[in-house]
Amino acid sequence: MIRSITQAKPEAELARLMEGLDRLFVVGCGTCVTLTRTGGQPQVAAMAENLARQGKLVTGAVVVPVACDHLTAEILDEHGAAIKQADALLIMTCAFGVQTIARQLRKMVIPALDTLFIGKETGPGRFDEVCTQCGTCIIGETGGICPVTTCHKGLVNGPCGGTNKGKCEIDKEKDCAWTLIYFRLQELGRLDSMKRYQKPRNHQGEPMPGRFRLG
Amino acid sequence: MASSFKKALDSGRFVVTCEVAPPKGTHLAKVAHHIDLLKDQVDAINVTDHQSSVMRFPSLGGALMIKEQGGEPILQMTCRDRNRLALQADLLFAYSRGIENVLCLTGDSIVLGDHKTAKSVFDLDSCQLLAAIRGLEKGKDMAGNDLDGGVAFCAGAIVTPEAEPLEPQLIKFEKKIGAGAEFIQTQAVYDLEKFKTFMDYARQFKVKILAGIILLTSAPMARFMNKNIAGVNVPQPLIDELAAAPKGGALDKGIEIAGRMISRIREEKLCDGVHIMAIGKEEKVPEILQASGFSTAGHS
Repeated sequence: MIRSITQAKPEAELARLMEGLDRLFVVGCGTCVTLTRTGGQPQVAAMAENLARQGKLVTGAVVVPVACDHLTAEILDEHGAAIKQADALLIMTCAFGVQTIARQLRKMVIPALDTLFIGKETGPGRFDEVCTQCGTCIIGETGGICPVTTCHKGLVNGPCGGTNKGKCEIDKEKDCAWTLIYFRLQELGRLDSMKRYQKPRNHQGEPMPGRFRLG
Repeated sequence: MASSFKKALDSGRFVVTCEVAPPKGTHLAKVAHHIDLLKDQVDAINVTDHQSSVMRFPSLGGALMIKEQGGEPILQMTCRDRNRLALQADLLFAYSRGIENVLCLTGDSIVLGDHKTAKSVFDLDSCQLLAAIRGLEKGKDMAGNDLDGGVAFCAGAIVTPEAEPLEPQLIKFEKKIGAGAEFIQTQAVYDLEKFKTFMDYARQFKVKILAGIILLTSAPMARFMNKNIAGVNVPQPLIDELAAAPKGGALDKGIEIAGRMISRIREEKLCDGVHIMAIGKEEKVPEILQASGFSTAGHS
């Protein structure tokens, strides 16, 4: 399943965001942030303790099953009194969860996490970005590996000169997308596909902000 | 009219290029001095474009200086910092000021440079930039609109002959030629036997190849490049040679090695010329040429 991958904001940044806000209601989520251990039950409990140590009053805390779901509104209703007492909500979900909650309550929201990318768990504790939703999918010519997402530079005509032994110039832990694509296409007997010149991309497949209507 | 660099490439004689790096700031005396020193010694001088993603005086400004000082510039253009509007506009401007040679590069990553949180562009890649140049020459911009006054460039690109794995690089190399590259500057080569193998393959294409020569300044510098620069492999005997140089003599040894390599590439006709990168030691290029026993002076 595709997941929203998050990491905790630096402590100093979070402290700055909470300046002057002494009463906080904490929200976590049972889905992606539980998987990444950034906003599940244990992290919410630890945050509540940490806030108390800093002299903040935690008016309440809840881990909603799916923060980006509409049902979140009903769950928040149940905590209406505790939320009302709070100066702000400290939200340990991805940005989508933060926005879903912010839309429903007249309260300042403080995101406790940074949302890094939309990705997939590819190994124990490892998450990789899989799609940047560019609106102009080209993976039909690259053996199903996306260079727009997987190549650091989003190149569509092959590797740059920085690639080394199958790894990316910015990080030896990151695979070179074009080395992966080369070997995949070679295995499939379709290197002709990599040899074809790709025209400049349409970077306005769906101009930001995206909006789509059925029919 | 073809640029003097293009004429040199087409003449079939051994071509020599080098490069200068503009300063971080507006004190231009040093780069002006390098240009004066080199302009009559080589066929053309590259100007690097925010090399290693470090913000500097622009390559376009450096290329203009070369032109004003009576030299032949090769404008390096990366795709890292400008989208297709800005790249095309700079090409129009360059041509209007007599800059007729362009080297198209992808560009190093932003995160390796000194403005690590900047937005990277990469709207185009090196193949697409080459194709854009060929389109501008036909009087059309990338959107297909007519230009009021066109351009003509000698356009080139780069290749890493010792990349690992090599095949994906070679596919890109062929695409660059297909997109319109007339000349190719290689990443630094030190093992000329391996380079011969690359040239055996590359000769089938209608493109001029200039072998990259990076001046070795010490044994630690050579080891650093082996460890950190993709596709650069300084063989151990060369490192030993540098290490055995008398105290303070490593740079002279590096000059001798560079000269020796240029001499062999030329005598054995391994390729069409060399591109000398004397990073930070530009004033040593004349000595390298002297050590090679070859000079372009008087040809152009």
